[in-house]
Amino acid sequence: MSVAASWYLTLAAVLFTIGAIGLLVRRNVLVMFMCVELMLNAANLTFVTFARRLNDIAGQTAVFFVLVVAAAEVVVGLGIIVSIYRRRPGATADDIHGMKG
Amino acid sequence: MTYVLAASIPDAITFVIAAAICVVGALGVVLARNPVHSALMLVMTLFGVAVLFVEEDAQFLAAVQVIVYAGAIVVLFLFVIMLLGIDQREAIERDPLPAQRPIAICLGILGLAEVLLLARGQWPSGARSVSGALGSPADNVQVIGRSIFTTYLLAFEVTSALLAVAVVGAVVLARRPRPGPGGNGAPLGAVVEPDAVIDDPGVAAPETGEAGTVDVETAGSEPGGGEPGGSERGGSERGGSERGVSEPSGELAHMEVIRP
Repeated sequence: MSVAASWYLTLAAVLFTIGAIGLLVRRNVLVMFMCVELMLNAANLTFVTFARRLNDIAGQTAVFFVLVVAAAEVVVGLGIIVSIYRRRPGATADDIHGMKG
Repeated sequence: MTYVLAASIPDAITFVIAAAICVVGALGVVLARNPVHSALMLVMTLFGVAVLFVEEDAQFLAAVQVIVYAGAIVVLFLFVIMLLGIDQREAIERDPLPAQRPIAICLGILGLAEVLLLARGQWPSGARSVSGALGSPADNVQVIGRSIFTTYLLAFEVTSALLAVAVVGAVVLARRPRPGPGGNGAPLGAVVEPDAVIDDPGVAAPETGEAGTVDVETAGSEPGGGEPGGSERGGSERGGSERGVSEPSGELAHMEVIRP
């Protein structure tokens, strides 16, 4: 008998909370981006847990698509970050407060 | 604790160790001052989540997690950190919003308590999806493949378009804008500023785009009007050596003289 699903869900909630707090607290844009990845992983863990709990493969399929979207998101987000840092080196999230070039 | 102990001993031990790895790695991502350390801690968390995937009979997703996340995405993060050279401490002394951090921590803990409270209630119920049962652990790849390529085939096809768009978008965004009026970077505006910042490390980054644009325009019109003879050399050499600040502006003046 494997570990009950509620423990996985609790762990996923803890991971999501840590990621959300990090996203709000940190100022470095790259670290904020990593915190978004943390939250995505917590959501993936929840999907897989419910897939096992409900005996349904659709949860794992959803995780597959989340992985693909996360890869695309990281590529575009890092491109934006590179262009921001190229314009103003050492910028934090507080410095990026306008859409003026 | 009774639920964890109700499981078989290897399963419980695996879960506890992987969960501890995940939480420690997640805390490390948030608390590490150096972005490189944050990225490495993120790898730790991703491996822990992959172990939990195996524990939950999702072998294919565990492999994809390690290959895509730890192998590609974190390497991309590290590559950008090294490329930009921002592996330094975060300046937390100057904080424009002093009340944000306590409020953020309180809100996060409040949300966690709420979720945990909800988790003690009823389990969700409802109709099953049409994609089929989980099957035995040995058939995981087969079952998930059948699900992706039959039930979710349209989503899978749209995924390929999404990835293509992401590749094109990344190339357009991260491309170095070409200086000069005829360059491809012209529509982005203020094409001279990045070079001004990168070429001369002593110059502080311009605060707004307007100031930099005005500076370029005045510098571009200066050599043509003030010094009729030898304006090219004056614009390129003296502007680079003596004034220092307007070195790229001198280049622009040089190019504008040549263009007609």
